[in-house]
Amino acid sequence: MRATVNIFLKEGVLDPQGKAVHHALHTLHFDGVKEVRIGKQIILEIDEKDNEKAMEKVTKMCETVLANTVVEDYTIELAK
Amino acid sequence: MIAIPFFPGTNCERDTEHAVRKLGFEPKVVWHKETALPSGTKAVIVPGGFSYGDYLRSGAIARFSPIMKAVKEFADNGGMVLGICNGFQILLESGLLPGAMKRNENLHFISSHEYVKVINNNNSFLSETNIGELIQMPIAHAEGNYFCDEKTLKELHENTQIILKYADKNGNEKNLNGSIENIAGICNKTKNVFGLMPHPERACESVLGSSDGTKILGSFLKKAIS
Repeated sequence: MRATVNIFLKEGVLDPQGKAVHHALHTLHFDGVKEVRIGKQIILEIDEKDNEKAMEKVTKMCETVLANTVVEDYTIELAK
Repeated sequence: MIAIPFFPGTNCERDTEHAVRKLGFEPKVVWHKETALPSGTKAVIVPGGFSYGDYLRSGAIARFSPIMKAVKEFADNGGMVLGICNGFQILLESGLLPGAMKRNENLHFISSHEYVKVINNNNSFLSETNIGELIQMPIAHAEGNYFCDEKTLKELHENTQIILKYADKNGNEKNLNGSIENIAGICNKTKNVFGLMPHPERACESVLGSSDGTKILGSFLKKAIS
């Protein structure tokens, strides 16, 4: 199974990279962009067939090491 | 004995060793795979650098090294621990200090001599300084933008855990990297674990531009030995 983890700075936490890219887009006349947030994506190929167990396992990985929940939120998508 | 754990990518362990020795104490650089601190360890200094290439997040992988388990135990038993730069980031990731680091607000790697102002001195790190005193030290980091939630910030204030803030040469606070309230250094509630982004070990000889680091590093080491 493939687990896709997306990690972003929490809502309300200023994202310096997103802000810089937003500014660059504006400079290049790409108007109408309200906000840019930059995160990271981690793709895990895991040896697990059961969705619930996989979710449990990856959540634990996120809480332990993949994300720093002081500043970051994460989402997990599973695909067989 | 002052233990200096180092990880793949750490690059300040020799400077730290040199400074500790110069101040008259006995340093011991310890590889991260060690599971115990050297016998007779009186304090731990987690040095700066780029442990594990800053992969994932600064300090995120180093915190799981075997030696960090020993450092955590040492700190939990009241042992004195100081994290400098990447060492500070490792202590944040390991939960020994509250909060987290983000990329500098201007996204630059900032490498310069800066002043920090003493905010609280009721701790063994800054007890030989006065509140408001300026200390000049080099900084060299890309992720020193300190962040914590409001509840944590309130606790930091209540327990006098904010110890250093960035300032200009006149003592006016300045926001160097986006840090909440210009924070450059903090300690834990029990005041035995300290973290700061500036490098006191690189400011221990006037030929290097400043010897201000000797005062705070020396006080930390003296308290640890006593």
